[in-house]
This record gives sequence, C-alpha cells and structure tokens, in this order.
Amino acid sequence: MQNTRTYAIESNDLSIHYGTFTAVRGVNLKIERQKITAIIGPSGCGKSTLLRSFNRMNDFVPGCYATGELLLQGQNLYSKDIDPVEVRRKIGMVFQKPNPFPKSIYENIAWGARINGFKGKMDDLVEQSLRSAALWEEVKDKLQESAYALSGGQQQRLCIARTIAIQPEIILMDEPASALDPISTLRIEELMQELKKNYTILIVTHNMQQAARASDYTAMMMIDDQRAGGVIEFDETKSIFTRPKDKRTEDYVTGRFG
Amino acid sequence: MKEEVLNIKATETQSFRQFDLKKKTRIGESVIQALLFFAGILSVLTTVAIVYELGKEAMLFFGNPDVTFAKFFGETKWQPGIGQYGIWALVSATLTTSAIAISISLPLGLAAAIYLSEYASPKARGILKPVLEILAGIPTVVYGYFALLFVTPILQNIFGDNIQVYNMLSAGLVMGIMILPLISSMSEDALSAVPRSLREAAYAMGATKLESSLQVVLPAALSGIGAALILGISRAVGETMIVAVASGAGPNFSFNPLEAAETMTGHIARISGGDLSYNSIDYTSLFAIALMLFLVTLVLNLISQYIVNRFRERYE
Repeated sequence: MQNTRTYAIESNDLSIHYGTFTAVRGVNLKIERQKITAIIGPSGCGKSTLLRSFNRMNDFVPGCYATGELLLQGQNLYSKDIDPVEVRRKIGMVFQKPNPFPKSIYENIAWGARINGFKGKMDDLVEQSLRSAALWEEVKDKLQESAYALSGGQQQRLCIARTIAIQPEIILMDEPASALDPISTLRIEELMQELKKNYTILIVTHNMQQAARASDYTAMMMIDDQRAGGVIEFDETKSIFTRPKDKRTEDYVTGRFG
Repeated sequence: MKEEVLNIKATETQSFRQFDLKKKTRIGESVIQALLFFAGILSVLTTVAIVYELGKEAMLFFGNPDVTFAKFFGETKWQPGIGQYGIWALVSATLTTSAIAISISLPLGLAAAIYLSEYASPKARGILKPVLEILAGIPTVVYGYFALLFVTPILQNIFGDNIQVYNMLSAGLVMGIMILPLISSMSEDALSAVPRSLREAAYAMGATKLESSLQVVLPAALSGIGAALILGISRAVGETMIVAVASGAGPNFSFNPLEAAETMTGHIARISGGDLSYNSIDYTSLFAIALMLFLVTLVLNLISQYIVNRFRERYE
C-alpha cells in the first residue's frame, strides 16, 4: 500500500505482444508523481507501444495484448474487471501529430468534459483549460472558430488543453513536439514544466536534448536479440545523461549510436 | 595519383553529357487527353440533350391554350384527356413513397454503415458487406413483385381493410430496402475515410465506442453521408418498376400511405406503354411530368445539400 501511494503508476514485468510476437518485454517502471519521465531509445524499440499500453490504447490493435501488471492506485489496469474507458479517463494522451476534433475550439474542450459527465460551468472550464495550456490569450476571441484554423503548435496545445479538461491523473505524450517547429517545441516543453505541478507526465521522445532538458527521470529502451524492446536503464535524467551505467545507454545518449 | 585519375574522369563525363531541353511532342499524351475529355463531356452532352428534348415537348404541352401553370400547379386531378392538369395528383405519390423509402433506408443504412466501419470484426465485415451488395444487384421488377406479393399481404394482416391492395406503403418500404445498400456502402466509405487519429483522440479522452462513432466520426463523415442521401433520394424519386407494380395505377392526390396512388414515374411508364398518338395532349403531358420529375429531384438535392453543409465538420 505504501508503494502505490508514492508512485503515480507502476509496472511489474509488463510485456506487450502482437499475436505470437513479443514487442516489449518485462518492463518494471515506477513512475514518480508530478514528475516528467521520458522514454528514449532508437526507432522501433517499442517506446510508443509501451506508452500506449499505459492507457490501453493498444486494445484497438487487433491481436495485441499485455501480460504482467500495470498498477494505478493498486489496481491492475490489465485485470479482467477493469473498464478501459475508465482507465482513459484517468490517463490522458497527447499524440505525435496534433489531432484536434473537427469542431470549434470551444467544443474541442467541452466535448471531452461533457462525455465525462462534467456538470459545472462549461465556459469556466474551457477558459481554465486553455489558460493552463497557455493558449487562452491566442484564442479567446475565436473560440467558435474551427480548431483547424490554428497553427500546428496551437493545435497541439489545444490537444493538451482538452486532455487537462478531463482532469486526468497522468498525461501520456507520444513525441508531442516532433511535428512542430523549434519555437512551438519550446513552448510545449515550458508547458510541461507548468503541468507537472499538477500532473504526472510520461513522454516518449526521439529528441535527446528534449529528454535531457525537460524530464526528471529517463527510461532508456533498447531492442534485444529477439527484437523485443525492453527498458535497459531507468534513473534520474541527469544520471542517465552524465554517468550512464549501461554501455549501450552511453553510446545512445552521446550520439554514437541510433 | 589515384585521386587525379578520378578527377579527370569526372570532368570527362561532364563535358560529354549533353542535354536537350526543347519541347517534345508526345502524341500519346494528347490522344489520352482528348479521350478523357470526350468521356467527360459525353455525360454532360447527354444531360443537355435530355433536358432539351424534355423542354421541347413540354413546351408543346404548356403551349396548349387549355393548359395553364395555375391549373398545373394549382389543381389536384390529373387526366389530360378530359382537361384535368393538376400535377399534384402524381407528385403527392412520388413524395410519399420516396419519404417512406428514405425514412427506412437512411437510418438502417447508416446503422449498417456504422456497424461495418466501427464495430464489425474483419470476419463479420467480410460476410456482411457482400451480402448487402447482393441486395443492390436484384432487378427492381423483382422488388416490385416482392412488394405486391409478400409485403402487401403482411401489411393487410396488420391494417386489415384500411389498406388497399395497391398501396404506397408497401412500395415505399420495399424501395427503402432497395436503396439501403447504396446508402450503407457509400456511408461506410465516408466513415472509413475519417482518419484513425480522430478516433484515437476520442478514445484517449475516455469516449466509449458509441460516443466516438456518433459524435466524432459521424459528423466528420457527414459530407460523404450527404452524398449518399442525395443519391438515395434521386433513386427513390426516379424508381419506376416497384411503384408501377405495387403502388397502384391511377393518379390519386393523397399522402396517405395506405391508399393506392400513382407516382410520376409509374404514370409515365403506364401511359407510354399504351398506344399514344404523337402530339396528343396525353403524349406531350408525359414530358411535362418528366420535367417536373427533374425539378423535384433538383429541389430535394438542393435541400439535402444545404442540410449537410450546415452540419458537416471539416477535417483538413
């Protein structure tokens, strides 16, 4: 019980399989509350697969299933009696490519709140969420316009805003800045620092500098000889980048590989 | 030494490689372009020719001193032979049967499309889709007798003496079944074309499958579904065989689905089947009906287009 109070989410020997193929093997991670944890590693090592297993998005991939445990407040998210819809209401997700709904800016935020049974004043929630995502000043005069009228960086912040609006415990981010220009990227990173005051953030990134500047903890993933990805090192970010214990991590973070 | 050799080689090839950037005539390109243009223009020309022919003959009808627009649009009895020119006697049946058909095929077709694109396992899809498409391949005359000999007796059991042997309800219902595969397969294409990322966004917000399907995917696919609806309406309004067989022979101004009434198409088919002398009022009146049919389809299309544009959600 002590443990589950300390950690936001915890995986025990979590493996993810596509049919007979094991894509991610034996992951043991203890994710700290209100910290940013980065998952890094070369392409195809299962970073996104692992991240998407945290809110059961992999359920939509035919033949994909998970073994092991993923504990949120002591409940195994992969036990049979867990409702994946409820899981996703507690663990939000921001995707690689901004994917706002083809609705108005206002409705993008209100929709999620409404389906989650939000009963309060919607106008206030919309404003609050947009402010938290550092987007309010830019869009306050055009809330009824289509979200597609926004720039890529603004769209991504809108996606973060709508995730915040449903008040999740954890926010998963799958390379949230990889489709954005450097300035938008920087804004997302600043935003993450603000958000971690209230939320636990897990981010997959290809960008080593991003992991180094923005995260508190880093999990290094690598593929094994059976093409299954696994976490080979998990530590505070500064240790991973300054004195990695694993030779492969060192090679990767110093750019000698990958 | 080795480097020197390489350098010489490079300059040699550069000086010998000559370019010709002048325009070349590509006969194949022009031939293809002409053929494609011809294919495109053909349907336009056909439409123009049909409208011209309809208009010309209809002019003869309206040129008759006995026929006035006031009678045509203002009266409800149609019997040109004895001076009754009220087109509403036929329009009412067309509107009634089409409305019944659409109110059957749109909800069912949409439901089938949503099931196929959002819920069905690949296996269920693989069976259901071809079966639905078989429905589209059945000749309409078969549907007509299906309505008259199978559906009407069932309706008679339900409504008893209130329903006539030939009635608009039976024809409309079966017409709806005929249009269903058209609506479902076009709508399914539209739903499947909605990017996966939108569904993922909805699910990641904690949406259920139903919430995602109805509130995110469906609105995004509305323009394609609208196209399906427009085509469905056009099919219903233009459908001839089913209504000719099952809905009754004889103009009757009525919106009561339990009554027999003849649609515009059914009337044209029946009258033109008899012996008509050219330039008789009965003959030219058929073109006026056809022109009216054109108009009804056009108006219904415009209305549904307006509705769709009003509610659709654009993604990129």
